[in-house]
Amino acid sequence: MENRLRVLRAERNWSQGDLAERLEVSRQSVNAIETGKYDPSLPLAFRIAELFGLAIEDVFVSPSRAH
Amino acid sequence: MPWTPAAKRYNVRLILLSLLYGAFLILAVYGFRHHLVAGATAWIVAILPALPLIGIFAAMGRYLVEEQDEYIRMLLVRQMLWAMGFTMSCATVWGFLDNFGLVGHVDGYWIVALWYFGQGIGACVNRATLGARAVCS
Repeated sequence: MENRLRVLRAERNWSQGDLAERLEVSRQSVNAIETGKYDPSLPLAFRIAELFGLAIEDVFVSPSRAH
Repeated sequence: MPWTPAAKRYNVRLILLSLLYGAFLILAVYGFRHHLVAGATAWIVAILPALPLIGIFAAMGRYLVEEQDEYIRMLLVRQMLWAMGFTMSCATVWGFLDNFGLVGHVDGYWIVALWYFGQGIGACVNRATLGARAVCS
């Protein structure tokens, strides 16, 4: 699933490790989500969005709307 | 290789159960080689080495339950599915070859070794397709 995680992370000057620590997941998880190799569960997607103070759809692109 | 708290606990359990397996195996082989066991005791002693291996399967299951990182959990599940598919396929093919007298009979406990090998295959597939692997291999 396409997402803006890398951009949002870069805006805050966070490394993948920093984000992983804040989300209490492994760095590999962050990398897999960021590169679209893994779609997070709804609870994790909510945690990610809430961490950035955004709605889920502002972080993740709906598959039906992705090009 | 992410060493989550659950992965560390699994590793400790794996090491302890492996040591126990080694001790039980030596005990059982010694007992049978020196004809020290017979009757009901022989059955118990023969089964002893299997118990820590069963414990390792239980430890894997517990790890799967305890792992809080959902991505790592997904890697583990994929790895275990590969192990299961590989083991079942090998056992089925060998079973037919054995049945038609084309190969010799193999002791059943080798299935465990195949399962571990299958986990290794699963880890390689995870590495190749997702660029990551779980610790349970």
